[in-house]
Amino acid sequence: MNTEQMKQTNIKATKKDRPWKRSLKDFYKKLVKNKSALIGGYLIIILIIIAIVGPFLTTLDPAKPDYAIKLEEPSADHWFGTDHHGRDIFTRVIHGLWITMFIGFTATILGSIAGVIIGIVSGYYGGKIDAVIMRFMDILLAFPGILLALALISILEPSRSNVIYAIAIFAIPTFARIVRGSTLATKNLEYIDAMKALGASDLRIISKHIFPNILSPIIVQASLFIANAVITASGLSFLGMGEQPPSPELGALLSDGRDFMWDAGHIALFPGLVIMLIVLAFNVFGDGLRDALDPKMNKK
Amino acid sequence: MFQFIVRRLIQLIPVLLGVTIIVFSLMHLTPGNPAQIIAGESAPKETIEQIENRLGLNDPIPVQYFHFLKDAVMLDFGTSWRTSLPVSQELAPKFWVTLELAVYSTIFSIFLGLIAGIISAVRQYSIADVGIMLVALFGLSMPNFWFGLMLMQWFSLQLGWLPPTGWGSPQQIILPVITLGTMGAAVIARMTRSSMLDVISQDYIRTARAKGLKERVVIYRHALKNALIPVVTVIGLQFGSLLAGAVLTETVFAINGMGKLMVDRILARDFPVVQASVLIIAVVFVFVNLIVDISYKFLNKRINMD
Repeated sequence: MNTEQMKQTNIKATKKDRPWKRSLKDFYKKLVKNKSALIGGYLIIILIIIAIVGPFLTTLDPAKPDYAIKLEEPSADHWFGTDHHGRDIFTRVIHGLWITMFIGFTATILGSIAGVIIGIVSGYYGGKIDAVIMRFMDILLAFPGILLALALISILEPSRSNVIYAIAIFAIPTFARIVRGSTLATKNLEYIDAMKALGASDLRIISKHIFPNILSPIIVQASLFIANAVITASGLSFLGMGEQPPSPELGALLSDGRDFMWDAGHIALFPGLVIMLIVLAFNVFGDGLRDALDPKMNKK
Repeated sequence: MFQFIVRRLIQLIPVLLGVTIIVFSLMHLTPGNPAQIIAGESAPKETIEQIENRLGLNDPIPVQYFHFLKDAVMLDFGTSWRTSLPVSQELAPKFWVTLELAVYSTIFSIFLGLIAGIISAVRQYSIADVGIMLVALFGLSMPNFWFGLMLMQWFSLQLGWLPPTGWGSPQQIILPVITLGTMGAAVIARMTRSSMLDVISQDYIRTARAKGLKERVVIYRHALKNALIPVVTVIGLQFGSLLAGAVLTETVFAINGMGKLMVDRILARDFPVVQASVLIIAVVFVFVNLIVDISYKFLNKRINMD
């Protein structure tokens, strides 16, 4: 966030507004002004509702095989067709949606908490701590994309919790870098100096004044990272390094689709479309939010 | 310029050491005794002890790391636990396949991304712009392994135009390169567009137009040169994710590259091969970023001199 913009917010704020509330209010005001952030936001809410409520509304069992109807094309009975065990793909996708989103959310939350703490410590205290932490983040960033997650899964067992840990670790350096930058920008503002002079503790300054001010870039990054986490998680399941069969995780469903592509092309189609929809929603939301919060865009 | 390169090279040393330490610890965090895995479940104690001694598994950890580092610098990554071949011998041909795939895909994504991005920026808010940005958004959001499956289904299974698997012939290269390069193209297109729009709104472009230069000259000779600078950084990052993304693309198209080898050997618990592949990809990525940094500096300098 740029300093000019923060100064403006500070001037606007009235005495009774707490920094937290003010920050969230400000955030919300900008959010509703940006069309694509709104569309993305609605899409995310709809997907979350389907993921939570959907499994209770489906009448079929996502795991029960019925070999009489295997590899059927999409029809009125089976909207997305059936797979090689005769399981209804629509039901499996609805159940898988929750698993995939759960992995994406949890990994991002864990990784962002760690990254935010590391970034704030690094930016706020500076000096040697900062140098050491940032070198370590550089090392983690040397493993591009899915590679770090693959390397971690190779020593851990492939399971849902390990996929979450692997993606969370991969999230840490990106969050730490962004948070460090924002913390540096906020730390040098005059009112923080004033707080220090008044004898406020570091913890109080960080939690009440620095964190609320850097919340917006964290939310933008989190939204964009969830998109990334969903692709990585489903990629790992696709490779057999994540969710194991018979789990209906969307990437695992694609892996079935690959094996039966010659006989039944529809198996891979729908799970992939749904993954794309999730990623698209978070990308649109994150992009819109970034534009809305970018002071350069506000001027135009 | 020379000083800058030397300084960046020195800065790489701690990062490279860190990368080797992480990759080295992977093996040591692995549950189970490596000697036992190599010898098999029912091997007698003596055999296991023999293997332990041969691999130096009883040495103190720092000594083992030192040996690992020394060997890795000489491109000696030990022997595979599954095939008993030297890892470097197994990896070398597959590394070139993956590198080829990544390089072709990068070229594809730069080519497509630049053209799309420039068209979008020059005709801002036109139907072409909206269309391109919409397609780019989808390209960015598609899991590439799914896109690969869909391409294979249409072009190989239904239309029969292109072979569904393998690597080598020009026909075999097309689908994997599109699969792997599309996301990069989308990223580059978006970056080019926003960077071009930034540059076009600057004063010197207005001056160029005021001088009466043709729009084409203004765009291609004046604006593009500056607009490309931030795009270069993205290209470097893209190359890294393409190397890693090759793991999925190679699996989809059954290409015998390093990515597929890595996945196969993770499942077979053949750690020396996994270790070496992870290390090689990370080191290549680090050096690609160095090259990007240098060219970034170089481009900036030339523009300053102009």
